[in-house]
Amino acid sequence: MANEFSFPDTAAKAANLPKEFETEKMSLSMGPSHPSTHGVLRIQFELDGEVVTKADPVVGYLHRGDEKIAENMTYNQFVPYTDRLDYLAPLANNAAYAMAVERLAKLEVPPRCQAIRVLTSEMARVSAHLMGLGAYGIDVGAWTVFMYTFTEREKLYTLFEKLTGARFTTSYSRIGGVARDLPPGWLEEVGAFCDQFLPILDEILALLTRNKIFLDRSVGVGVISKEDAIAYGLSGPNLRGSGVALDLRKDRPYSGYEQYDFDIAVGSTGDCYDRYLVRGEEMKQSIRIIRQVIAKMPGGDWFARDARKIFAPPKDKVLTSMEELINNFMIVTEGPQMPAGEVYFEAENPKGTLGFYIVSMGGGVPYRLKIRSPSFCNLSILPKLCVGHMVSDVVSILGSLDFVMGECDR
Amino acid sequence: MTDVAAAVAKKFPSASPRPSLDCPAWNVPAVDAIALLRSLRNESGYDMLVDVTAIDWSAEKSPRFTVVWHLYSTTAHSYVRLASDCASAADPVMPSATGLWPAANWHERETFDMFGIKFSGHPDLRRILMWDTYPYFPLRKEFPLAGIPTDLPDPDIAAGMKAKVIVAPMAGGPFVATPGEPMSDAEPRAKDESWNEGRPKA
Repeated sequence: MANEFSFPDTAAKAANLPKEFETEKMSLSMGPSHPSTHGVLRIQFELDGEVVTKADPVVGYLHRGDEKIAENMTYNQFVPYTDRLDYLAPLANNAAYAMAVERLAKLEVPPRCQAIRVLTSEMARVSAHLMGLGAYGIDVGAWTVFMYTFTEREKLYTLFEKLTGARFTTSYSRIGGVARDLPPGWLEEVGAFCDQFLPILDEILALLTRNKIFLDRSVGVGVISKEDAIAYGLSGPNLRGSGVALDLRKDRPYSGYEQYDFDIAVGSTGDCYDRYLVRGEEMKQSIRIIRQVIAKMPGGDWFARDARKIFAPPKDKVLTSMEELINNFMIVTEGPQMPAGEVYFEAENPKGTLGFYIVSMGGGVPYRLKIRSPSFCNLSILPKLCVGHMVSDVVSILGSLDFVMGECDR
Repeated sequence: MTDVAAAVAKKFPSASPRPSLDCPAWNVPAVDAIALLRSLRNESGYDMLVDVTAIDWSAEKSPRFTVVWHLYSTTAHSYVRLASDCASAADPVMPSATGLWPAANWHERETFDMFGIKFSGHPDLRRILMWDTYPYFPLRKEFPLAGIPTDLPDPDIAAGMKAKVIVAPMAGGPFVATPGEPMSDAEPRAKDESWNEGRPKA
């Protein structure tokens, strides 16, 4: 993805302004309820005219103490809280969390469950990137993109609703499986969505990729070098936009990702435009994966049948068999039983790598659960990234970083 | 994986292997933590600091706080975990890794915010998720899930509204049974006293 265009770097341009424009430093607070801060991020700026000389992001407005809450409930009870981390891709969070706990239990889930998780995670990625792209378009003045992406995202949410019963807060994973099997005919609907989506995606991307206004706002703006991206612990499209081909789906395949063919989209310069291109390409790759999953969808169990102390038995068994009733009661009240120990698991989520560090003393409640959220790490580069840019470029940078405060603040 | 273990064992005799269910892990004394992190980054290729956090083993235990680092190698695609105990429970201190990775900055601020562990050498150790004047460390084990009543961050607004940060209504939660108790007490419903006027509310 080489840039065929060469536009002057706005940051350098701003820094080289003639001396007579130098002004007194001004302090400006942007957010926490500013449309371009995508939630409740506040940035405390020090400005020299229009040029940022210092940026101090203030996060935590959406802090709910998820890690404290996790220490006080069973592993399954925490699944709904994972919906509310990156609330634009709850299905991917659900799967990442369940996989982390299963690592702790050394539990292998059946191929069908793995395939369902890959399928839902990739659909979540498409929906999250559609949202990110649409919002980025609005940030830089392209309203139409948002209308297109929201229409497509709505179709995905209808599919989510058919699968999980909820559009947003899906809570679809259970430790050792998923909440329920795929409904009949649902896979065909997903396939039909893919077929009609790709031409529309091309249309959406065509609205921006060669759009002069969009190029002016994004090319050469917010350049993150490879070294910086790694040093700041960036992940996801923001890291790959800087030319680091790091994707946990390829590097440390989980949930059967090794069976599917897909390419990692990588940027070349690490500017806002590259991050946009990476997201666009990732959606196409996700569709590729989704089609392969549909074609290969294995039959059989969709939960780990032998994990009797972890996955609650089916309802019809609970209501007819005494043993299953007791088993169900124990799993619901005391939680899925885990061995003592500690694990760290990261999954490649739409915003980056979502990690869970779980310390268990045994039993059904984690002793400590740390959520390593990609948005938190991605935002930590802002103090370095914003300096030297105009305030209007900061809007473009924020849009291109595509963060979610629910996940950043936890 | 074994190369790393051998290299660490050779260069850092003070580091001992730590029980782990996945990646290689070591316990290391606080004085050697930064040197070991640097060695892992420069010599073993663990170039990405993905996470810094801490564990509170509760007030009765000594050492009480353990700081945990997770590193990822972008070339070998593997993780390592490093853990180091804070010597003092009353004034826990750990050397900062901000000199090695700028990523440590926010992670350490968060760990300070949640556990009160001071990272010596950190350039800007302020609270990050809670507000600057917040008096407690919420992820310490003695901090109740419902919270502790506190003043609002802005004294002017607090005086004007005559409001405080109040305790969250728990409605008898958390709804988890403790294993080992008699089932009549362990059942979550038994802990939710709001349905039972006969028993005093917890």
